[in-house]
Amino acid sequence: MDLGSHGGFILAAFAFTALVMAALIGNAIRDRRAQLRALKGFGEDRR
Amino acid sequence: MSETAAVMTPSLWTRLSNPSHFMRWSGALVPWLTALSLAVLAVGLYQTFFTVPPDYQQGETVRIMYIHVPAAWLGVFFYAAMSVSAIGTLVWRHPLADVAQRAAAPIGAAFTLICLVTGSLWGKPMWGTYWVWDARLTSMLVLFLIYCGIIALWRTLEDPNRAARAVAILTLVGAVNLPIIKFSVNWWSTLHQPASILRMGGSTIDPSMLYPLLVMIGAATLGGTTLHLYTMRTEIMRRRVRTLTIREAERLDRAQPRITPQPSGGLPVGQPV
Repeated sequence: MDLGSHGGFILAAFAFTALVMAALIGNAIRDRRAQLRALKGFGEDRR
Repeated sequence: MSETAAVMTPSLWTRLSNPSHFMRWSGALVPWLTALSLAVLAVGLYQTFFTVPPDYQQGETVRIMYIHVPAAWLGVFFYAAMSVSAIGTLVWRHPLADVAQRAAAPIGAAFTLICLVTGSLWGKPMWGTYWVWDARLTSMLVLFLIYCGIIALWRTLEDPNRAARAVAILTLVGAVNLPIIKFSVNWWSTLHQPASILRMGGSTIDPSMLYPLLVMIGAATLGGTTLHLYTMRTEIMRRRVRTLTIREAERLDRAQPRITPQPSGGLPVGQPV
């Protein structure tokens, strides 16, 4: 599809959103894994 | 139901907000909500790029609206949710209220940042500038700074109870900004357009553009809520880890043999010779 002369702005907006969302979700998953590892160390593995 | 029975039986809300009950029902709900969010997002993105017509004035640039508006909505929505949680922390000292507030802050901050940056990228081709200090843009920037302040305060205070109270108070003070954001376009002359979805007399957006926008707002709300539930569960785990760490430290402390000073026959410390 043709996004016209302002296509760069449109793509940049969507790319930035995707980047922030990926960072947010990635950080949430990383944090969850860290807590699960710590709980496992205490002999608990509650999900 | 008799009055005594009503007092004895906890309400549905009380049961749902009990941390162990919360872990149970949210664990079952998160995978379904994730799938639903992704499905609605797929429909919304398809409509955004393939069915929404170009705007008669803005052309293709209007497609930025489909991420800018949901992000703005969620930035404000999560702050409003945090304000309600702050009341729960200060009035009832409910443990889940603080958990909800803490988990919401980074998500709200991320959506507010998306709103600011996408708005800026939309502003350059439409207004000729990335930024202008108008009331709507400035109040959204203030919201982002408040989110950053709240996250920083949490990291500064080590005692979780003190942090919860301090953050709850700061959150409630910052809630003054919410009506300012909403009504800034009515109270002051701004470059930002006035309300076009939630307004007296109905939306000014054509249905061919409005319905896909509502789908994207729905997808963002579902996705944001799912992520919030997920991070709330992680926060509960973090608190469990903290409790277990403290207990373990106390156990090790008790197990250590106590060293008692033996009388050496010399002068006691701190006595004049």
